[in-house]
Amino acid sequence: MIGLSHYLAVSAALFVLGVLGIFLNRKNIIIILMSIELILLAVNINFIAFSSFLHQVHGQIFAMFVLTVAAGEAAIGLAILVIYFRNRGTIAVDEADMLKG
Amino acid sequence: MTTAVFAFYLFATVLLVSAVLVITARNPVHSVLWLIVSFFNAAGLFVLLGAEFLAMLLVIVYVGAVAVLFLFVVMMLDVDFATLRSGMGRYLPFGLAVAGVILGEILLATSGWLGGAGVAFPGLGVPPDGMSNTQWIGSQLYTRYVFIFANSGLVLLVSMIGAIVLTHRQRLGTKRQDVAAQVARTPANATRTTQPALGQGVEL
Repeated sequence: MIGLSHYLAVSAALFVLGVLGIFLNRKNIIIILMSIELILLAVNINFIAFSSFLHQVHGQIFAMFVLTVAAGEAAIGLAILVIYFRNRGTIAVDEADMLKG
Repeated sequence: MTTAVFAFYLFATVLLVSAVLVITARNPVHSVLWLIVSFFNAAGLFVLLGAEFLAMLLVIVYVGAVAVLFLFVVMMLDVDFATLRSGMGRYLPFGLAVAGVILGEILLATSGWLGGAGVAFPGLGVPPDGMSNTQWIGSQLYTRYVFIFANSGLVLLVSMIGAIVLTHRQRLGTKRQDVAAQVARTPANATRTTQPALGQGVEL
């Protein structure tokens, strides 16, 4: 029988893989954005697993809002990426120092 | 081993393997394709959990919109991805250390969670009164969560406008049709009547 802890384990592993992806591809911002999508997917699996096992629908509704924000975040992130590439000719994150931050 | 158990392990395994391939693939196009595979398998897990509406939404929104957006951007940018991958081996030990710490923290936190002390999990949640999953979501989304729902539409609108404003570029030096100028053109300012002397022609 598959219980709640099985889904939580999958979600935790997916979250950790997303974090690891950010560290491994420190220069490539496209893969970093994809890793953030993986992290949000792990959060969604957590929400829906709890929603399903607690017999409440609210987790699914909040997973929908997470989905909305993830879509907007991907659109804005890729737009920033495109104009950054247009101005600099590269997408290396470690060379992004124009703001001197 | 029942079908549901087999399906869970199949979806979970493929999901995690494709997630590993997303972050390690040499070619970013392959990364996006593995991301699509992982979204499909997460949708399968959602179906197993009884959330069919969210599963379809995941396929439509993520695979149909977000992954295609990633694919477009990856294919549009002319980047040498080999140089971006350099230093991956250097970051691996530190990344693994951080990942191990986070995994340990998650395991500690969830193993200490008692499920509300006495809440039993009799099985997957079924909607009340024979509702479908979509009806169940809608009955809460359009009543209790209607303001948050409207605001999430606003978030999408703002991000759409932001993406357009950020990437829109007014090119200088190109000839464009100016409809207002064309409509405002009258014979008085568009033509000229001259009476040239014989054999001299007209100076334009």
